[in-house]
Amino acid sequence: MKLRRSFKDTRGESALFQRRAVAGFLLILLSFGLLVARFHFLQVTHHDEFALRSTNNSVKPRAIPPARGLIYDRNGVLLADNVPAFRLEVIPEKVPSMQAMLDELGTVVPLGQDDIDAFKKQLAQSRRFDSVPLKLHLTEDEIDRFAVNRWRFPSVAVVPYLTRHYPLGPLFAHVVGYVSRIDADDLDRLDPDEYKGTSHVGRTGLERYYEDVLHGKPGYELVEVNADGQTQRVLKTIPPTPGENLYLSIDVRMQKATMAAFDGRPGAAVAIDPRNGQVLALVSVPTYDPNLFVNGISGADYKALNDAPDRPLTVRALQGVYPPGSTVKPFLALGGLEYGVRRPQDTVLSTGQFCLPGQKRCYRDDTRGGDGTVNMVRAIEMSTNTYFYKLALDLGIDRLSDWMSRFSFGAKTGIDLPGESKGILPSREWKSKHSKFGWFPGETVIAGIGQGYWEVTPLQLGHAVATFAGHGVPYQPRVVMATRANGVAQMQMLANPPTGPSLIQKPADWNVVDQGMRAVITGGTGSKGGIFTGFPYVIAGKSGTAERFSRTSDAYDTNKSSAHLAARHRAWFEAYTPAEDPKIAAVAMLESGAWGAADAGPIVRKIFDSWLVIQGKTAPPDIAPPEQSLPAPNSTVDPDMEDMPAESSSSGDGP
Amino acid sequence: MIDTMAIRMQRFLRRILTRPRIDLPLAAALFILAGVGLVTLYSASDSSMAMVGGQAARFVLGAGLLLLISRIPPSMLRNWTPWLYLASTAFLVVVAVLGEGRGANRWLNLGVMRFQPSELLKLTMPMMVAWYLHPRQLPPSWKDSAVVGLLIAIPVALIAKQPDLGTALLVAAAGAFALFLSGMAWWRIGLIVAAVGGMIPVAWHFLHQYQRDRVLTLLNPESDPLGNGWHIIQSQIAVGSGGMFGKGFQQSTQSRLDFLPEHTTDFIFAVFSEEFGLVGVIALIVLYAFIIGRCLWIAMEARDTYSRLLAGALGMSFFVYVFVNGGMVAGMLPVVGVPMPMISYGGTSAVSLLVGFGVLMSIHANRKMHD
Repeated sequence: MKLRRSFKDTRGESALFQRRAVAGFLLILLSFGLLVARFHFLQVTHHDEFALRSTNNSVKPRAIPPARGLIYDRNGVLLADNVPAFRLEVIPEKVPSMQAMLDELGTVVPLGQDDIDAFKKQLAQSRRFDSVPLKLHLTEDEIDRFAVNRWRFPSVAVVPYLTRHYPLGPLFAHVVGYVSRIDADDLDRLDPDEYKGTSHVGRTGLERYYEDVLHGKPGYELVEVNADGQTQRVLKTIPPTPGENLYLSIDVRMQKATMAAFDGRPGAAVAIDPRNGQVLALVSVPTYDPNLFVNGISGADYKALNDAPDRPLTVRALQGVYPPGSTVKPFLALGGLEYGVRRPQDTVLSTGQFCLPGQKRCYRDDTRGGDGTVNMVRAIEMSTNTYFYKLALDLGIDRLSDWMSRFSFGAKTGIDLPGESKGILPSREWKSKHSKFGWFPGETVIAGIGQGYWEVTPLQLGHAVATFAGHGVPYQPRVVMATRANGVAQMQMLANPPTGPSLIQKPADWNVVDQGMRAVITGGTGSKGGIFTGFPYVIAGKSGTAERFSRTSDAYDTNKSSAHLAARHRAWFEAYTPAEDPKIAAVAMLESGAWGAADAGPIVRKIFDSWLVIQGKTAPPDIAPPEQSLPAPNSTVDPDMEDMPAESSSSGDGP
Repeated sequence: MIDTMAIRMQRFLRRILTRPRIDLPLAAALFILAGVGLVTLYSASDSSMAMVGGQAARFVLGAGLLLLISRIPPSMLRNWTPWLYLASTAFLVVVAVLGEGRGANRWLNLGVMRFQPSELLKLTMPMMVAWYLHPRQLPPSWKDSAVVGLLIAIPVALIAKQPDLGTALLVAAAGAFALFLSGMAWWRIGLIVAAVGGMIPVAWHFLHQYQRDRVLTLLNPESDPLGNGWHIIQSQIAVGSGGMFGKGFQQSTQSRLDFLPEHTTDFIFAVFSEEFGLVGVIALIVLYAFIIGRCLWIAMEARDTYSRLLAGALGMSFFVYVFVNGGMVAGMLPVVGVPMPMISYGGTSAVSLLVGFGVLMSIHANRKMHD
């Protein structure tokens, strides 16, 4: 550098720079001259013309908001409608003192603090001649009272608009969701040009996920206004483009039957068509009335919903996470076959407990004394823990979690609804992020029966069962089947291609697990109490009863009353039918159920029955009432009772 | 060791605190400009003292930074230059990966504040070009010109992708001016201009649809009466109806009756033109020209190549603001987000402009004859 510096002709460079600076400045002056010439052209040459246009400037564009797309079930039953209503709007530029006007108006039409807050936020973001909605959904009484006092408020007008209405209310609250008033955060996020004149935006559910499809494009009209800004006449109108309508793959009748099957007990159910990933029913109990939210929910109503102990606002089907218990066993069995760790005929002796070599603590079977020698089909049928403890150990945690991840456990399924939880798929990787301890072999053992770190959403399990039922071909679950633009007769079906090739390499493996799941219905937990008798198609399924809390003593639970157990258990049932050619897969989960099969099983049966009805068949009348299927309070054992290790999990398995 | 450190520190502090720093004509011109800006804003914002006060506070902040930076010697700035350039370009990459903001990804959220890294490049770009050319033989060789071209192209491409064409244009111009002032041969400049001209159809292909629409609506404003066409029509009515002497202070009907959109930010110059007429416009442009001329004068007096190129490039890029914003307001150029310096309402550009003038003051303070 130093050397090169010495060669630099400093004086010459300085002179060169001076010439350039002068040249540059002359170019700048020339450009400024051009600019001044343009201003001269506008301000002097054409001054008269522009002065005239300025004084006559009375034409303003006004946005016309688009009508929001409607939402239908798969047969065209209306789920979300637009209904006319009236609201108060204020034109800010005509208000001398906003606070005084609001105070005065408040004596005529009651204004809530929520209304005023939302109004002020929107006011700050609006042009002064754009009217801003103040109070939505006026009652007739309010309209009348305002009409009498109209003369006192020249800046306020009662304006008709379309508001959202959900005719079926709570039934689809967790699927369709609701729209609510645009707030300050939304204004940051939304394109102001697209939302001119629009007061509502999709907040939850499909209303949110498909906002872009449902919203449409605003139109505008050029209106001539007088000096007070009042419209004199409309010169030109470009109509808005309404949003597209949505068609769900859910059938209202199935959704109703599924909801009814819960009888108000908290839980969730999902039914999916394994052939294409279409969601046929998606229910989360308890639910709420989405209509409350549309025009601003009152503080008291919101508090009641938000503070309710059974959390009706939570979408249990996709946000709630629960230990899956034995429902993971068929998937694990399939993994054992696919990895070549097990052959179908390999047997395991179940003695009632399984001990890791070198460890004192043992893991229990559900049946005292064990199920004896079981092969894979029998192990699925009897839900034999020892078989799956060993299988999990032989697979190892890495292969186990890798295999299970292919069914979207521990990841979002990609359903077209917002807010899905990922759940937890036990793995070394997950544990290293959440614990300072390494992975213990005992954790692999209990992962084999869906306990330990495991957490799944009902949707994830439904998706997994559907993927299995569809011979391993994975589809993303889809609630919306088709869209239809306004004025177009034909629905546009939404493509939902499989997300990959079949997960199953050897088709024979599928048959083995299918055999085991059929046996559950004919001879295993699902056969009790006639839950599935009389159904015209072959059903394959699996129950699961997961502990809500870990045990603190190694004794068998001696209190076997249903109420006592229900407080401790999550009840699951997963099934698909017809087993030869599966067309529907369903999962039901009760947050407080004593036994998977006895409590969640009947819900799945009712889902299948309603599906039959829709297929044009009638449900067989001879369904045993579920009350009879409940185990007697003092029944000794239930083969479906999976358990945590005999030792409390809080003390851990120890390194 | 510690002693020498302490002595050096002491010397540095004394140097920073004792020397005369400020070029009075330039400072006076900036002071007048800030005054004009606040008066115009008062009218354009419907006498909102909140906005005028906020803008005045930013001017005070900017002036404080100006004074502070004027005390940093250019040699020190030169040593920092590559790092400042790399850091600001790295910020751009970060924004490209995880930026936030409606539509355009140009903001970086630091928790306490959000800022636009592209704003930094307005200063670090001419610094980098000047740093690179400083030790080299001038006029620059083809090779050196190509390296400078690359130094300019990378951050500009990142900014243009955000997409923020206005800032990309300002940053590119700042770098290009430094190259121009270094004495690059006229015929080479001609060649590059021709090449860039030939690239326009290709560039058109890469523009976002809304950017193309802006150019197209310039040719036919009536085609988009709700959006940019409306801006252009109403802005021209404001300017044209101002006439020779204007409608008078606070008499802009276009702004008062809300026909003119963005009348405190990008289109504030239309309000100025409506109220003060052609006479006001010429006076303001003369003031701008004086500031640019003074910057170039400071550049000619500068001690070394780095300072010369940097000061000259900063002064000339000030011209781009005025020309692009003025051209937009007069319906001559498409609508791009370039503010009228010191007049448009808004924080970042006012502060970053004054920081740039701080660098100029420092170069002035270290000019050749006084050493």
